[in-house]
Amino acid sequence: MKTNPKTFTKRKSYVPFHGPCDPCPPIGRKYYSTPPNLYVGFQPPNLPQFPPEEALKCGTLWPTFYDFYENPYKKGAGRGHG
Amino acid sequence: MWKYEKKLQYPVKVSTCNPTLAKYLMEQYGGADGELAAALRYLNQRYTIPEKVIGLLTDIGTEEFAHLEMIATMIYKLTKDATPQQLRDAGLSEHYASHDSALYYENAAGVPFTAAYIQAKGDPIADLYEDIAAEEKARATYQWLIDLSDDPDLNDSLRFLREREVVHSQRFREAVEILKEERDRKKIF
Amino acid sequence: MAKTMPIEYYQQLEEIQTADFVLVELVLYLDTHPTDAQAIEQYNQYAQYSKQLKRTFESQFGPLELGSINQIPDYWQWNRSPWPWEV
Repeated sequence: MKTNPKTFTKRKSYVPFHGPCDPCPPIGRKYYSTPPNLYVGFQPPNLPQFPPEEALKCGTLWPTFYDFYENPYKKGAGRGHG
Repeated sequence: MWKYEKKLQYPVKVSTCNPTLAKYLMEQYGGADGELAAALRYLNQRYTIPEKVIGLLTDIGTEEFAHLEMIATMIYKLTKDATPQQLRDAGLSEHYASHDSALYYENAAGVPFTAAYIQAKGDPIADLYEDIAAEEKARATYQWLIDLSDDPDLNDSLRFLREREVVHSQRFREAVEILKEERDRKKIF
Repeated sequence: MAKTMPIEYYQQLEEIQTADFVLVELVLYLDTHPTDAQAIEQYNQYAQYSKQLKRTFESQFGPLELGSINQIPDYWQWNRSPWPWEV
């Protein structure tokens, strides 16, 4: 896996086509997750670790894999990526 | 053999009395990409896979049972004090008619669990690719559950479970790399 | 009457969950990185630490797993509530 980029975003989006025969107002952007496991490749040794309490809260020992999820369609949710 | 530990893997708290969430959560209890399917899939595949990845399938499969217990805890907490009327309002009257507030291995639409959800091809690459797909599907399900739920404490536990899918997918991807590796050639990180 | 558990129960339980979570992560990592000596050392440290925590917890709240000593001679504590889904 040589093509792994050094930085990546964990969320992408696209705008679906909206035609005149669609009954609902357009949702706008559709979002999807692209979590770190798609990019990291074989985990290198000695990656920085969370302290134990934080590791439990985050669900992983390594910040590299941490990917907080929030409903992207909720009002006020960040729409930073993609 | 297995040993039971009298604790959850991660604390489960639920702050609002909203049995409708219990109905949604059943997708991860007895659904196609749920925790039961995951545990049974991995633990069954390990009999016919190269030695190098048997440990991983055993350990992830075992962790899935801990996740199943967390989902069961959420459903239990959301339904144990609910009256028949509250369950009816939550869309659980069909469930109540057959099960009272007992848990049952079914998905959010009430379809019973079936072994047909699980594949076992006997080909290590095919099986590991299925496992990777299963983890991504479970991750997506947790996202839709978080989208549907407005209970902050429940979402905290659901986020933990979603993150575990990310880590499991990572390990299965590494397992594929291990099985792909040419013999006598050094691993390139 | 509703049964409750003292605050120490929850505190100690979360310490155990924290230590055991580090173990779970290291186990999965070592399954695909079996020659990482540093990770093995960290695993052994946490395995020992987790055992200590569990011994303290079990002396107050009963066995976490079968094979642990039942510390009250005349009552079988394993079968006593709360079970994990009840707490």
